[in-house]
Amino acid sequence: MRITCPYCGERDRREFYYRGAAVDLERPAPDAGEDAWNDFVYLRDNPAGVTRELWCHEGGCGAWIVVTRNTVTHEILGSQLASEVKR
Amino acid sequence: MRIEGKGLIDRSETVPFVFDGVRYTGFRGDTLASALLANEQRLMGRSFKYHRPRGVLTAGSEEPNALVTVGEGAAQNPNVRATMQEIYPELSARSQNRWPSLNFDLMSINDLAAPFLGAGFYYKTFMWPKSFWEKLYEPVIRRAAGLGALSGADNVDKYESAYAFCDLLVIGAGPAGLMAALVAARAGADVILADENARMGGRLLSETYAVDGKPGHVWADEVLSQLEAMENVRLMTRTTIAGAYDQGTFAALERFGHHTEHRPSGAPLETYWRIVAKRSVLAAGALERPVAFRDNDRPGIMTAGAVRAYLNRWGVSPGRNVSIFGNTDDIHRTARDLLDAGVHVAAVIDSRHDAPLSNEYEVLRGAQVCGSTGRKGLEAITVRRASGEERIHTDCLAMTGGWNPSVHLTCHMNGRPTWNRDIEAFVPTPGAIPGMITAGACNGSFSTVSCLRDGIEAAKSSLAELGLKAPKTPVPDAEDDPYNISQLWAVPGTGRAWLDFQNDVTVKDVKQAATENFRSVEHMKRYTTQGMATDQGKNSNVAALAVLADATGRGIPETGTTTFRPPYSPIAIAALGAGAEGSAFKPQRFTTSHPASLKRNAPMIEAGLWYRPSYFSKDGETTWRQSCDREVNMVRQAVGICDVSTLGKIDIQGPDAGAFLDFVYTNMFSTLKVGRTRYGLMLREDGYVMDDGTTARLGETHYLMTTTTAAAGEVMKHLEFVHQGLRPDLDVTFTSVTEHWAQFAVAGPKSRELLSALLDTPLDDENWPFMACGPVSVLGVQGRLFRISFSGEHAYEIAVPARYGANLFDILTERAEALGGGLYGMEALNVLRIEKGFITHAEIHGRTTAYDIGMGRMVSQKKDCIGKTMSERPGLEEAGRERLVGLKPIGESKELLAGAHLYNEEAEPVRTNDQGYLTSVCYSPTMETMLGLAFLADGPDRYGEIVKMVDHLRDVTTLCEVVNPVFFDPEGGRVRG
Repeated sequence: MRITCPYCGERDRREFYYRGAAVDLERPAPDAGEDAWNDFVYLRDNPAGVTRELWCHEGGCGAWIVVTRNTVTHEILGSQLASEVKR
Repeated sequence: MRIEGKGLIDRSETVPFVFDGVRYTGFRGDTLASALLANEQRLMGRSFKYHRPRGVLTAGSEEPNALVTVGEGAAQNPNVRATMQEIYPELSARSQNRWPSLNFDLMSINDLAAPFLGAGFYYKTFMWPKSFWEKLYEPVIRRAAGLGALSGADNVDKYESAYAFCDLLVIGAGPAGLMAALVAARAGADVILADENARMGGRLLSETYAVDGKPGHVWADEVLSQLEAMENVRLMTRTTIAGAYDQGTFAALERFGHHTEHRPSGAPLETYWRIVAKRSVLAAGALERPVAFRDNDRPGIMTAGAVRAYLNRWGVSPGRNVSIFGNTDDIHRTARDLLDAGVHVAAVIDSRHDAPLSNEYEVLRGAQVCGSTGRKGLEAITVRRASGEERIHTDCLAMTGGWNPSVHLTCHMNGRPTWNRDIEAFVPTPGAIPGMITAGACNGSFSTVSCLRDGIEAAKSSLAELGLKAPKTPVPDAEDDPYNISQLWAVPGTGRAWLDFQNDVTVKDVKQAATENFRSVEHMKRYTTQGMATDQGKNSNVAALAVLADATGRGIPETGTTTFRPPYSPIAIAALGAGAEGSAFKPQRFTTSHPASLKRNAPMIEAGLWYRPSYFSKDGETTWRQSCDREVNMVRQAVGICDVSTLGKIDIQGPDAGAFLDFVYTNMFSTLKVGRTRYGLMLREDGYVMDDGTTARLGETHYLMTTTTAAAGEVMKHLEFVHQGLRPDLDVTFTSVTEHWAQFAVAGPKSRELLSALLDTPLDDENWPFMACGPVSVLGVQGRLFRISFSGEHAYEIAVPARYGANLFDILTERAEALGGGLYGMEALNVLRIEKGFITHAEIHGRTTAYDIGMGRMVSQKKDCIGKTMSERPGLEEAGRERLVGLKPIGESKELLAGAHLYNEEAEPVRTNDQGYLTSVCYSPTMETMLGLAFLADGPDRYGEIVKMVDHLRDVTTLCEVVNPVFFDPEGGRVRG
């Protein structure tokens, strides 16, 4: 599998560390309530199809990246710096 | 039998080699199989289950029978296909799965027992008594049935791993692959052409067709020399593309050193490649399938394509009196080649009633071979015609049941092949591998001209996708003979007709599986072992599923194939793991004091990838405990030195560094004064403790964080994630400086005295109070000093750039010893911290909260931080939670054991009465008793109570008093003094 790092270009997936769904970027406000926090910390979809995931280019530049990927076809549809997604 | 004037071998170089202890000679360019056939040695192996005598079936990597062991001892290489092993002087090979010898194999008694050994025999028979399976049945079966064995010694050969990148990967260098590579190379594409054989050319080397008016192999050589001369082309021979993976990644095995006695020193035996290709052309060719008939497995019976290969490529006729049997026009190709070479053709048997005739030889139309005889090799076949059965003497049968396109790689990403009625075979489903185009025989194009045309077209399509312009390329002239197949899988009749030669699976076995309702092709495979082992059913799967389809009344497409998985042909684990063995698999990290610790014979323990000294024995000490107790007392009474460089150090800088730390730590760091250090606690977002450590403020916008040794990498990644993913608005950067600094704990009442003598400015309480930090000059070297303590003593940690570490360690050791102190190791460090109730990852093991470890109040109420919201969940603060306490033994048993569980004194020690568990224990020379840290239900509310420790595994019960976990100096006077 090949993932494109926005800084370093296309690289072998062995250079990357996988974290999980990009939901991790959507941290609720402290007072958002139990349900919002439960969703954020524990609940994840398991889509057959397009999904957005967090990968860290730890064997490279250290950037956290949001990778859009299709779990059925294994296509990598895009990648973006997590810091840009947040801004 | 060698045929004069035929073959592409180098007859000027005679090559001696040894097989089963017998010396033979062959020529340079021979494979072990062709050289043995030339020496009339037809018997090359024994079958897997019945130990039937077997010879070669094929001439390629799909060979199921002729598996041999090459080499001796640690370099012994089992299950090498004799068809792929090139001979070289002094090559030594031996047959497998026979005892005592290939000619006389006592295990062939299994063959007589065959009526009982059919499909499912093991499953049905070795059911009881259950205990016999491991002790008796399995060892006996494994000994009787099997392939070659490894020596058991460590591998002495070198293997490598490598990466390659290209625009176009062409897999297979037959006519289609050569043409595709040539067109793409001329267009300027960066091309890799890979072929599993020693010589490129594919079937052109084994057939007698002309291409562009030249012999096929001459045309192939001309194309290859053109390709070789181009800088944008890499030719990889002896390289099998073994697997197709996502985004154009391919696995390839290059066999670099198996074919020669002259392997350059340092060169690998094999290299495992990962090739990344923007586009690929699969031109893997096709594999011929045998026909199942009674006793179709005698040495001398082989595929017709193999007979032509031995004849045309290696100049060997596998027999003197050859018969031919099949169901396509290929039959005539075989007959013509043999007759041209002067080999007698005994009979030509064609199952088709409308088979074309010849005026050179008789064709038995509508006939089938229904049996064979010959003890260790073929002597005669029985041919069945409408008029009756006839016995024909022959020493070699060339059989063909048609060809199966090599669709394997197209199925590695979940693709399924499509059934093509015209050629009665599966062909690749287009688009099964993104970016891959199939061409030639693997695509079902069987004539040479259609292969060449396919190659050109595949290159053109690939080039268009790469944005390159294809040069105009005419299709070379070549044969375009018809194929005309009519189905022929198994000849009806009694007896055993072999489908899978490697696993001894017969037509009857497959039918029996269907009868017993193993009707799915995947179930049939597992029940009969059809298609397993090293050839993975390359020769037999399609025929087997045709038999299954027939037995279950379904068509072949409905029955479907089993799943094709990588690798295409076997790969040694050593090659797969190349570059990841030993210290490359698990790197070792050494501190600057490592050599000094070794010099003092300190046993080293692993802490993550680091190595740290356990203890330093002194004269007269015979147990670790004696050394440990002495080291603890030394720290409490004088001064001890310990290398603490392995703790993670993260340099944090930026105007928002303080705000950032407030967000990742539960407590405040933005308010910390410059020149001060603070203990910090870090949570995961689910509210549980992640890590702890001290962070020093070195400047207004400059902090230095320490992490535990084990969590350094995790914390670094966490900080980067929190910054980039949650708070990119904060201006802060992180640098791991763990390896940049050598850091030593100087602990004990004499630590200040020791250090003052080393520093340019002596230490005092006013400038260096507890938790102070700052730059210091150590014997002229700029370092850092932290007045922090993990022992509860007046202590410091002194850091210098790593290049001074070894030197400073020696100086500190010498000074400490002069003051009645010395070195201490991990064991003493652990005792010192347990005496003080300090936690490690034994306590913050991922299931404990700040509240559980007695640090609930460290979660600041003035700000948000990672994990804060979830840590406030009612369940994480409710009564009954197991919380940190200290334990002291008070009864008869004085033993405490980590991992043991706690129960109320009178309660039965069963799970439902569980009250908690011990995480850390030690013998404390300071308190002269064992001490334990434990998590106990409502623990801190139960000081003074008696609980019972029970270790069910080691059968120890100890009564304990529940106490404050800070056993020693609870007021902290010593650390401040």
